[in-house]
Amino acid sequence: MTDVLDTPLVQQSDAPAAHEEHHGHDEHHGPSGILNWLTTTDHKIIGMSYTITAVIMLLIGGAFAELIRAQLVSPNGHLVTFAQYNELFTMHGSVMIYLFAGPFAFGALANFVVPIQIGAPDMAFPRLNALSYWLYLSGSITMLLGFVTAGGAANFGWVGYSPLSDSINAPGAGADLWIGGLLLTGFSAIFTGVNLAATIFYLRAPGMTLFRMPIFTWNLLVTAILILLAFPVLTAGLIMLFADRHFGTHIFSVSGGGVPVLWQHIFWFWGHPEVYILALPFFGMVTEIIPVFSRKPVFGYKGMVFATLTIAALSLGVWAHHMFTTGVVLLPFFSIMSLLIAVPTGIKLFNWIGSMWRGQIWFSTAMLMSIGFVVTFLIGGLTGIYLASPPLDFFTHDTYFVVAHFHSVVMALVLGGMAGLYYWGPKMTGYMLNETLGKIQFWLLFIGTQVFTFPQYILGLQGMPRRMAVYPHDPQWQNLNLWSTLGAVMIGVSSLLFAINCIVSWKKVPAGDNPWDAHTLEWFTTSPPPHHNFYRLPKIRSERPTWDYNHPEAPALAHGNGEGSHS
Amino acid sequence: METTPQPPQGAPARSGRSRRLRGLIALPFAALILSGCTVPSFGAKKSDTTTGLSTYHLWQGFSIAAAIIGGGTLLLILYAVLRYRRKDDSIPKQSQYHIPLELLYTILPILIVIGLFATTLVVENKVVAEPKTSYVVNINAFQWGWKFSYPGTNALVVGQTTQKPTMMMPLGVDVHFNLTSSDVVHGFYVPDFNFSRYALPGVTNNFTFHAMKTGTFFGQCTQLCGLYHSLMFFQVKVVSLPEYRNWIHQFDTPAGAAAAQAAQQALEQQNATHVPYKPASTTGTGAAN
Repeated sequence: MTDVLDTPLVQQSDAPAAHEEHHGHDEHHGPSGILNWLTTTDHKIIGMSYTITAVIMLLIGGAFAELIRAQLVSPNGHLVTFAQYNELFTMHGSVMIYLFAGPFAFGALANFVVPIQIGAPDMAFPRLNALSYWLYLSGSITMLLGFVTAGGAANFGWVGYSPLSDSINAPGAGADLWIGGLLLTGFSAIFTGVNLAATIFYLRAPGMTLFRMPIFTWNLLVTAILILLAFPVLTAGLIMLFADRHFGTHIFSVSGGGVPVLWQHIFWFWGHPEVYILALPFFGMVTEIIPVFSRKPVFGYKGMVFATLTIAALSLGVWAHHMFTTGVVLLPFFSIMSLLIAVPTGIKLFNWIGSMWRGQIWFSTAMLMSIGFVVTFLIGGLTGIYLASPPLDFFTHDTYFVVAHFHSVVMALVLGGMAGLYYWGPKMTGYMLNETLGKIQFWLLFIGTQVFTFPQYILGLQGMPRRMAVYPHDPQWQNLNLWSTLGAVMIGVSSLLFAINCIVSWKKVPAGDNPWDAHTLEWFTTSPPPHHNFYRLPKIRSERPTWDYNHPEAPALAHGNGEGSHS
Repeated sequence: METTPQPPQGAPARSGRSRRLRGLIALPFAALILSGCTVPSFGAKKSDTTTGLSTYHLWQGFSIAAAIIGGGTLLLILYAVLRYRRKDDSIPKQSQYHIPLELLYTILPILIVIGLFATTLVVENKVVAEPKTSYVVNINAFQWGWKFSYPGTNALVVGQTTQKPTMMMPLGVDVHFNLTSSDVVHGFYVPDFNFSRYALPGVTNNFTFHAMKTGTFFGQCTQLCGLYHSLMFFQVKVVSLPEYRNWIHQFDTPAGAAAAQAAQQALEQQNATHVPYKPASTTGTGAAN
């Protein structure tokens, strides 16, 4: 106990009452539980709400994807009409990016894990945190309500290129609901960004210096800053789009002297940092998981931090690589900036391998998912390098090659997210997830992803454009599409297995405080943690306080240093 | 590598050093082109235009780099995963840093990126070059079809969706294209030429093709442009120069002129009744529109 700081983190005044209350809504049943859930400002319950909502969005977006893939099984599919097809892929992209990946990345696990990882009792602004969640939920519902309007949901692609998204080409209420939903979730993201940055800067426990923060927290800090830089631009763009549609402005319309391509600049100035806003939290998740299951400290901790910062900095100067074929951007500048992102990303990749090197790897589901992430992300990353070269982008832009590239990346993120759920799920609920089901889910998801994307790479190189409800008769194209659909079905089955796993594992095997012999502070407290997270804290002398407490004989070694610890 | 004449450079004259640098960069690239027959295609199509062929070779170069880097990294992952499976409960050495190694995998990728960027620049300058030529085609994209006109002549081709309007172009000469859009953003894409370019409203985009083979090539709109985006097809027909001239002159005859005029009228009529979001035959969910 000498290593434990007996800091009065739990407020004496509200301690007993708070715990009574806390255990009340831990049960999740009964009216008081629901009332509590509706009014809570506890970051853990908000994190749970985010997690559940985001996973439901993943299933909704996934259902759209299955419909799209079913339509493409034959060249002249008649499952949906052209109009419905446009709505489907628009809402698939929108739900997955705006309503699943982002909120899951910086709302769900971040909300739950970050305050605990730095030894804080809650987020810096708990009420703002609750507002973020309710804005997210209402924004999601707003966007999806497009399907019940007479004109159908938004149908101009998730990027909403002007003039296709103006009042002439997209007159329906679905488009306005899309804009409205996006504004609401955008504000939710901005508030979460403020909250995360403030929490990480001001609420760290004694001893938790910036360079002792776990990589997951580091990545969320950088994500929060990127959110604050990028999301207001999107908000402004959406307001301009709405004004063009309803108030007679001509910001994006040629007839009134506007510039349609300005929308693309605004959208991608948000859209490319957004890619890293989505990716960095997932990078952080696997950076936590791989060292824990290799029983080693993360390899190249400081390099990892600087790589994250470099990615964030570069990500603000690469937006026009989405616009190489517009003919109105400076190609070499955006090409070299985009190519350079490969360098810090490569550093991360090698650090992940370095963390496994000479370790003792335990192939739990979380670790398998993380390795699956690394492999899939490697494929998505390498194909991204092609797209940073303007001539190669001319050749593959808007074809299935691009679709395959970013699906390799986002499916890697799904694998990383699943790793996070299997890793932190026991901490959140107090119960383990079934490992056998988890491993079957992993293999289906991992193999399914490759079966899903590889035919698309070839289709793109053969010249099949994206966003086509029908395609020219060609036996090879049909075969490749068939394989891709098979992969999508495997991914769908794996998602169902996860849902089944959540049900069958519910309250079966108690997790205990630290089932993985993990490194960071969240594993020092109970599962689930008490109302204000900690009754006691260990001394924080490295980025692995829980490990140091449990294994005082095995501190991290600096390079060329046989004894003693770094930092 | 330069068998085709260098396009007149609009850019300021290059210094001797940068020219030498360019030559140095082009060297491995030239070797790649010379051995082009033996290098695998990595799934891409060998193009039928000069610029498309350069793009194809760039594709091969990138693919070789990707195969080496990706393959090597995959092997490292596989080795680590198989070799370091947990065998007992012991704690491995807690090493965290290896500065020389970390520097190596920082500097090496930077060098690779510089190499990739340099080869990209060489090909990019070829692909976006606009050599002077007397063969010009104006392309206009609209929902959902294409209009090809030939400035200084009466030739005109208009067609919508599955009519697949055919753009004629001559073999073996540089042909300059001016690309515009009448409504939303479209994408002009010829897979066999390894090239695509947006048709942006309010902007005229320019590019040049130099076809090396006669034939008919498939083309399609690649940028989502509304309801019938999937059907916005066209064709490119590359013919010999005399054949091309004959085709142009055909529009000077009364019959040819009448055909062009009919096409133009059909287009105008279509524009007058055009409702961009409303399905013509297939009914979607658009009841209130």
